[in-house]
Amino acid sequence: MSPVVEMSIAAGRAALVWMIPLALLPLMIWAERKVSAYMHDRTGPNRAQILGIRAGGVVHTLADVLKLVMKEDITPTHVHRFYFLLAPFIAMMVSLMTFAVIPFADVLHLGDNAIRMQALHLNVGVLWIFSIASFGVFGIIFAGYGANNKYSILGGLRASAQMISYELSLSLSILGLIMMAGTLDLNEIVRMQGEFFQLGPIPIPKWGVLLQPLGAVIFMTAVIAETNRNPFDLPEAESEIVGYHVEYSSIKFALFFMAEYVNITVASALVATLFFGGWQVPFLDTETLIANAQQVVLGMLGGMALVSALLIIPTRKWNKTLARLYPNDLRKNEANFWAIVLLLHIVGALGGIGFFVANPITGTSAHVTAAVIQFLTFMGKLLFFGFAFVWVRWTLPRFRYDQLMGLGWKGMLPLALLNLFVTAALVLLVQ
Amino acid sequence: MALKVASPKLSFLERIYVAEVFRGLGVTFRHLAKNVVNQSDMPTVQFPEQPKPLAVRHRSRHRLTVRENGQPKCVACMCCETACPARCIHIVAEESDEVWIEKRCKTFEIDLLRCVFCGYCVEACPEDAIRMDTDEVILVGERREDFIVGREFLMFGKGDDWKTGRPAEVAVPRPGDPEAPPATPDEDAGWRDGAPRERIKIPAGWRANSKEV
Ligand code: SF4
Ligand code: SF4
Repeated sequence: MSPVVEMSIAAGRAALVWMIPLALLPLMIWAERKVSAYMHDRTGPNRAQILGIRAGGVVHTLADVLKLVMKEDITPTHVHRFYFLLAPFIAMMVSLMTFAVIPFADVLHLGDNAIRMQALHLNVGVLWIFSIASFGVFGIIFAGYGANNKYSILGGLRASAQMISYELSLSLSILGLIMMAGTLDLNEIVRMQGEFFQLGPIPIPKWGVLLQPLGAVIFMTAVIAETNRNPFDLPEAESEIVGYHVEYSSIKFALFFMAEYVNITVASALVATLFFGGWQVPFLDTETLIANAQQVVLGMLGGMALVSALLIIPTRKWNKTLARLYPNDLRKNEANFWAIVLLLHIVGALGGIGFFVANPITGTSAHVTAAVIQFLTFMGKLLFFGFAFVWVRWTLPRFRYDQLMGLGWKGMLPLALLNLFVTAALVLLVQ
Repeated sequence: MALKVASPKLSFLERIYVAEVFRGLGVTFRHLAKNVVNQSDMPTVQFPEQPKPLAVRHRSRHRLTVRENGQPKCVACMCCETACPARCIHIVAEESDEVWIEKRCKTFEIDLLRCVFCGYCVEACPEDAIRMDTDEVILVGERREDFIVGREFLMFGKGDDWKTGRPAEVAVPRPGDPEAPPATPDEDAGWRDGAPRERIKIPAGWRANSKEV
């Protein structure tokens, strides 16, 4: 491969890694608002509009960004300027860098070239994640300390104590999985999860969550604590101390805000990769996918056409509601707009089916198709766990500080150790 | 003394959280699913488009009641101005043309932004001259001056009139207008109608924490 091609592929992968969390940001923020609203029996954001298109409140996220960017950026005079300015950038950078080792599809073979679908291929990917993620606490400590404000420092202190306590359980909980997989390479771990073990006649995929149920529960709990989300959001605790970013405004606050959601994306990606098969399509390994690329694509396009057709039905009822609610403004056309979009979807899907029937997918394009399908599977899992984060946040109340520490040190750490020893013994026995 | 909080005894299943957490997740998911499928059942009212019935005893924007001859009923007794806890009513009295009535209000201004809608002015009025029954609860303006409404509007105005149809005698020269009077250090002088006017001064120390405004 010529160096130019290699460079551009590397750049593409890096761009993808930056794009995924950043592109998911508005979606995550929207989900946070809308899901929380629906869980509380509210309607949530539904006012901001572009030419009457409200997209269920997504436009609010755009308005939010505009607001945050245009607000005055205040640096209070009593802060430690260096730490104060550095902190948001550390928070954001760290969250984005962790994503680099997550594999989003199997190794793509194009002719003789093997392209890794990872921005950074390390055979110690798991270690990279832990080492980079533990830098995240610096962003918060710097913010808390630099703001020179008692509430910030409280938030910073809580954050450092919490993150260090839970990092232990976090690392210990996946040691068991690493022992079973025998590698620290995330792509290999995902490949391992594509294998099966037989339960009677039923083949069951070797997903991490089935191999290591206890480890999975501990990992998911600890990862919520690591991202400082409810029920472990004591560093922020907006109802008590507002937390480490209380002095920040405008885009610097937005960076913290975004870092939180990028963290969620990364954490969901990790949970999906380590415990839920990563890019593995259940029961379809890469070779099967490549062999049957044609059928899978046709099935997906057909499904898309069908779902779009089914979704058109409720838009008709919605149209009547809109006409009643907003008789004299642009919003009354929104249902029709989405109906047209869905119609275009159907047309596109049917056109695609026609195209692929005429030109069957073989050879290189089959490889690419398989990678795309795996990527979509990975994104689906990622989105589900992103939703789960929101879901957990709006279900559970916040822990008290002593409960938090008690759970971390007296509950999860011994359990993680127990899990580790039992796994080690089992692995030895099997060998 | 520390407060003793009795915490209920938890069973083992509850103490390890996991089962209870999933039960809680189930509850929230049920609500989510119900609301996604059946959006029209949500209790939220889309307010300005879907008006909510007002309570019988609600208090909305004020109005001044009018005599048959088109004169305000108000006799400028200043009861409401005195009663107003927000001190947002400003009345200038003048002699009335009518034989049996001594005074009437020359200007009657209410600063709706300062008003707390307590209704004391209505209670205080001996003449039933001021009422809060216009059913107007959405008050929108673009600048603070828009919310200072005058006598004519309070007597005859409706809805959005206050933005455009403000009576001439209380027109406020806005800062920056060519005819605006030169700014004076004393904010009370030349307050709105051009003439220096008295405002009620609370004697210092009359109420704890009270400041001169
Ligand atoms: S409602 Fe209360 S605050 Fe408003 S003008 Fe009347 S007395 Fe003053
Ligand atoms: S209390 Fe009634 S009559 Fe007296 S000034 Fe106020 S509105 Fe006029």
